[in-house]
Amino acid sequence: MSVVIETMPPVPTQPWRNSKAQGMRNFLAIVLALICGGVINRVTGLSGFLGLFVGTAFLFPVFVAFANINRGANVVVDRIASAVIAVAFIAVTIPWLSIFITVFRKGSEAFHSSYLTDDMRITPSGDDLQYGGIAHAIVGTMLMVLVATVISVPFGIIAAIYIVEVKGRFASLIRFLVQAMSGVPSIVAGLFVYSTVVTFFGGFSAWAGAIALSILMLPTVARTSEEVLKLVSVDLRTSSSALGATQARTVFTIVIPTVASGLITAAVLGVARVVGETAPLILTSSYFVATSRNLNEPIASLPIYIFSSLGLGDQNATARAWGGAMVLLGLVFFLFLLTRLFSSRIKRK
Amino acid sequence: MENNQIDSKVSETIRPTITAKVEIPLQRSKLHTEDLQVDKMVKSESGLETRNVHAWFDKHHALADISLHFPKNTVTGLIGPSGCGKSTFLRLLNRMHEFIPRAAMAGEVLYAGNDIYDPGVNPIDIRRRIGMVFQKPNPFPAMNIGENVVAGLKLSRVKTSNKEALIEECLTRAGLWKEVKDRLGSAGGSLSGGQQQRLCIARALALNPEVLLLDEPCSALDPGSTLRVEETIVQLSATMTIIVVTHNMQQAARVSDYCAFFLSDGGPGQLVEADLTTNIFSHPSDTRTADYVQGRFG
Repeated sequence: MSVVIETMPPVPTQPWRNSKAQGMRNFLAIVLALICGGVINRVTGLSGFLGLFVGTAFLFPVFVAFANINRGANVVVDRIASAVIAVAFIAVTIPWLSIFITVFRKGSEAFHSSYLTDDMRITPSGDDLQYGGIAHAIVGTMLMVLVATVISVPFGIIAAIYIVEVKGRFASLIRFLVQAMSGVPSIVAGLFVYSTVVTFFGGFSAWAGAIALSILMLPTVARTSEEVLKLVSVDLRTSSSALGATQARTVFTIVIPTVASGLITAAVLGVARVVGETAPLILTSSYFVATSRNLNEPIASLPIYIFSSLGLGDQNATARAWGGAMVLLGLVFFLFLLTRLFSSRIKRK
Repeated sequence: MENNQIDSKVSETIRPTITAKVEIPLQRSKLHTEDLQVDKMVKSESGLETRNVHAWFDKHHALADISLHFPKNTVTGLIGPSGCGKSTFLRLLNRMHEFIPRAAMAGEVLYAGNDIYDPGVNPIDIRRRIGMVFQKPNPFPAMNIGENVVAGLKLSRVKTSNKEALIEECLTRAGLWKEVKDRLGSAGGSLSGGQQQRLCIARALALNPEVLLLDEPCSALDPGSTLRVEETIVQLSATMTIIVVTHNMQQAARVSDYCAFFLSDGGPGQLVEADLTTNIFSHPSDTRTADYVQGRFG
């Protein structure tokens, strides 16, 4: 006698996920919060988009809590926390998106086909927007940031190596000085370079601007590199020493290649720190309307281009300033993208 | 000897007290050379030797009066419970001990007849000739398998005429060649734990060391990988002196020619007994050794 058992193929389920009904209740909580937020928006002083957001933001966690009230205290607390975090995330995203959208909307007004290749040599700032461009400022910013990077990235990494790897007698002093340096206001760095380099060589120059930027860049690079180098495990250094490597060989053959992408990130953070600096450049590189590659002369830069255009008060000049802001944002974005690609390629190898 | 004491103050203040502190009567090992008068030239033929070696970490006396002789082309197992100073002793043998801040030592470590702690000796050179493999396999992450094998050459700026042949030779000796010969370009981290450990052994072999120190090389490995590493150890012992720290009694019995049993009674770790492995496991002369190898403590 045999018992015939009908075997059903197992159905894949995810019992740990929310049930459909629960998902519906959560969705309802969002909708209700939005509706109530809208009502508050209408009848009280909380007007406009931000008013709607504030009203909804405070109601959303409450409604979500009610939607889960039958699931026990732990779940309710968890849902409330999740809702608060979601609201906080949106709250941080709004200003960020707002800046981005505003800059690109207003900046694109000044944009035309040869905007990136023309300069302001023969164009007054108040002239029609199809004339002139921003090439001089892009070239100036790139040149000065490049020189500043060449100065401060090696010094920053060397300082980090001294602190983390060599652990020399002055390691804690250097760390303290680097930390103190990162608090130096940018205008003070500019004044310092003005009173030394500019007065010594008798005039504004791209060199002076680059040096001012490198002073601001150095602490960022050094501190980030320090954190990155600390990530390398002691085991790797010990193994390297056990293979008869000197400390210098260990650092350059094992430690630095291991964290190469992190060090590139440190350099990028340094660039991002200084690319938009205005105050120190006013006092060092000044401004120049034509495209120039001469580092001994004053040179244009994007922040100063924005600053000086805004100062004119002319409608077209203001539009040019927005254009400059857009290009500056785009440049930073492009640099970040480039280094991401570069460091991921290193990692893959 | 003053030059070798990293912190002479520590040594001076501690040293008189240690002789008083030693409560375990020191078993003179049979293996350990009674013939300390033997000419140094003879010693150079006969592997590695320690004479009355002590180790300190700051004020903590970690290891007391270890005298051992490791004959050329043999495997010696260092056994004993955790914290008895086996790893410390191992690190003393290729001058890795001094990487620990405030560490100190006393005694002599004779290699090729010379004290490796003599002021004129270059520790870099010692570490090239006395290789070491650690408990946790750690291939260099920025290098692929082939580069990992020859990393030691790159690190010590040694040029080789035929890198590929050397990579193959070292991987073969480490028992890994067949498994990785088609993927020398992939990352060392992509290997399994056991393969990584054999890669680390191959990496140590590339410098052609005369002595290989292994610090619990199998403690992170599964039984199959452990077996492979043990086979590798036995094969390598034909051409080099191997000293292996292990917590695994079966492993010590399987791979080693000699065994040294370390023990700490709360004070510094000491050598209880050193002998042929067969003697240690069949009729040890100290009851504590018998208790330990039969698993009654530790």
